[in-house]
Amino acid sequence: MTAFLDVRDLKVHFPTDDGLVKSVDGLSFQLEKGRTLGIVGESGSGKSVTSLGIMGLHTAGQYGRRKARISGEIWLDGTELLSADPDHVRRLRGREMAMIFQDPLSALHPYYTIGKQIVEAYRIHHRVESKAARRRAVEMLDRVGIPQPDKRVDSYPHEFSGGMRQRAMIAMSLVNNPELLIADEPTTALDVTVQAQILDLIRDLQKEFGSAVIIITHDLGVVAELADDILVMYGGRCVERGPADEVFHEPRHPYTWGLLGSMPRLDRDQQERLIPVKGSPPSLINLPSGCAFNPRCPYADVPKDDVTRTIRPELTEVGGRHWAACHLSAEQQKRIWNEEIAPQL
Amino acid sequence: MLAYLTRRLFAAAVMLVVIIMVVFCIFFLVPEWAGVDIASSFVGKQADPGAVAAVREKLGLGDPIHIQVWEFFKGIFAGRTYAAGGEVTHCAAPCFGYSFRSEQAVWPVLTDRLPVTLGLALGAAVLWVIVGVAAGVLSALKRGSLWDRGAMVVALAGVSLPIYFTGLLSLAVFAFGLKWLNAQYVPLGESFTGWLGGMILPWITLAFLYAAMYARITRATMLEVLGEDYIRTARAKGLREHTVVGKHAMRSTMTPLLTMLGMDLGALIGGAILTESTFNLPGLGRAVLDATRNQDLPIVLGVTLITSLAVLLANLAVDVLYAVIDPRVRLA
Repeated sequence: MTAFLDVRDLKVHFPTDDGLVKSVDGLSFQLEKGRTLGIVGESGSGKSVTSLGIMGLHTAGQYGRRKARISGEIWLDGTELLSADPDHVRRLRGREMAMIFQDPLSALHPYYTIGKQIVEAYRIHHRVESKAARRRAVEMLDRVGIPQPDKRVDSYPHEFSGGMRQRAMIAMSLVNNPELLIADEPTTALDVTVQAQILDLIRDLQKEFGSAVIIITHDLGVVAELADDILVMYGGRCVERGPADEVFHEPRHPYTWGLLGSMPRLDRDQQERLIPVKGSPPSLINLPSGCAFNPRCPYADVPKDDVTRTIRPELTEVGGRHWAACHLSAEQQKRIWNEEIAPQL
Repeated sequence: MLAYLTRRLFAAAVMLVVIIMVVFCIFFLVPEWAGVDIASSFVGKQADPGAVAAVREKLGLGDPIHIQVWEFFKGIFAGRTYAAGGEVTHCAAPCFGYSFRSEQAVWPVLTDRLPVTLGLALGAAVLWVIVGVAAGVLSALKRGSLWDRGAMVVALAGVSLPIYFTGLLSLAVFAFGLKWLNAQYVPLGESFTGWLGGMILPWITLAFLYAAMYARITRATMLEVLGEDYIRTARAKGLREHTVVGKHAMRSTMTPLLTMLGMDLGALIGGAILTESTFNLPGLGRAVLDATRNQDLPIVLGVTLITSLAVLLANLAVDVLYAVIDPRVRLA
């Protein structure tokens, strides 16, 4: 019995002139219906590539370009997607699995009304009259909180505000009651005041529809709000994974500590500076040997024999359902977190 | 939408009036200021002073500028009466005057020639839009393939080879060598098949040049559009790839093509001089070429105004179509 969504050893590599870009390199996770997984990481860590990989959008419509090389297994409700017929996967897109994109203005077609775009999404997967589909579109717009939905259904994307556009985008992605919803940085392009509303909406809709949700973000505040589980990505790999509470309150990986330290918090003195993660994200063509995080890790020299620079750490269970890929021993992780990191946060 | 349309129409009308006046000034007043006597160029080189004076009076060349402009303007919309001595000639509206050489009224000459040019331009446009856009889309979808490279080399040739080269070559091969087609223009009213036979080579020659440009623009635009986020959204909805390309991407690719088509058609209707000369088609382009050689001012003036009108109308059509295609334009 596999999980509803079961990703096993997913690799997404892109051949380029400079070499093979290993955007995602051996990622595994499971997700059940009704649960929310937050995938966190900085730019270029492979978050979006993972989500597009699940949707099958790396292979659909890639014309003449050097194609992405994808390996591993993606099981969705008992079907393996990577080996399935592309046309079968296409029919699952939008119906079984749907996606919300980062910037709703560029993700909506500027020349079609919101209504037409929702109706289209509905009618690909349902044989219904256009009138019925339109009623469905109005109903969805109403559900996501757009006022006067029967009028706004005929508006164009540029006539909507940013938050309204993202609501319309959500309405479009949920029009077929998908069982898996992937939200790729759904609030990044929005005003802070609107962000919370959109997150509330996603949470409410998930309760209502019972779907599995993946939230991809670089904003830990967003996952704190929504996620049951958190997966932290670095350099195309998972470095820490576990229940949201644990990852927040007892994080084990130095990179996760760095992310927490660089998160602004209102309950702290404004004079205190944020603690950024030093250095820049690694090259995905030539990952540092050993632990990919070692050049930026303040604790790289703590484990003996230079293992951090020679041996890649594997994910090991550090607690119930809590995994981390770090050479520090469990005791060292706990001690450093409790004595050095936590007091500063 | 209606307000937008009214505004555009009004602007076009104002523009037309300005164009008529400016063009008249350039053709009739500037030469006078520069010391060229239009009347004597009408009469001929060995003119006797009396005849020149009569022509000056008849054409009103001695009148103040604003009277001259007004008379010309009025002639176009209401007709004009020329009187010199006892001789009175009435020129019905729209009056562009009389040819200096054949002494025919200009307007009938223009309306005689216009259908030829119109047939050439529209026929070629249909051809180049179909071929150019199809080739461009295919190249974009198969970027980097043998087809793409081949098509872009042919397109480069199309853009660089002049009409009188490709035109003469096609005549030499298909009309005189293989004798598949005739090289004679037959008016549409006389024989449809004859007209078709005579127009095929000019169409292909003219369309080759434009299809090449359209293929390159289509390819570039399509590639850009295919990288847009909303194309990814369309795929994420589960749309079939041909719907993604044919509907979502094509809609955005059409916009720059439409602008080009409007301007190209407008300019061509003013006379495809090279094509008409190469294939000896009696269109506006030929007329203006001959008239320029003969210093036949009224004909050149008439063709210039027709060209302006065509460009104006084409732009108006593009503006209206734009508003239909792109909803964001209507607000502007």
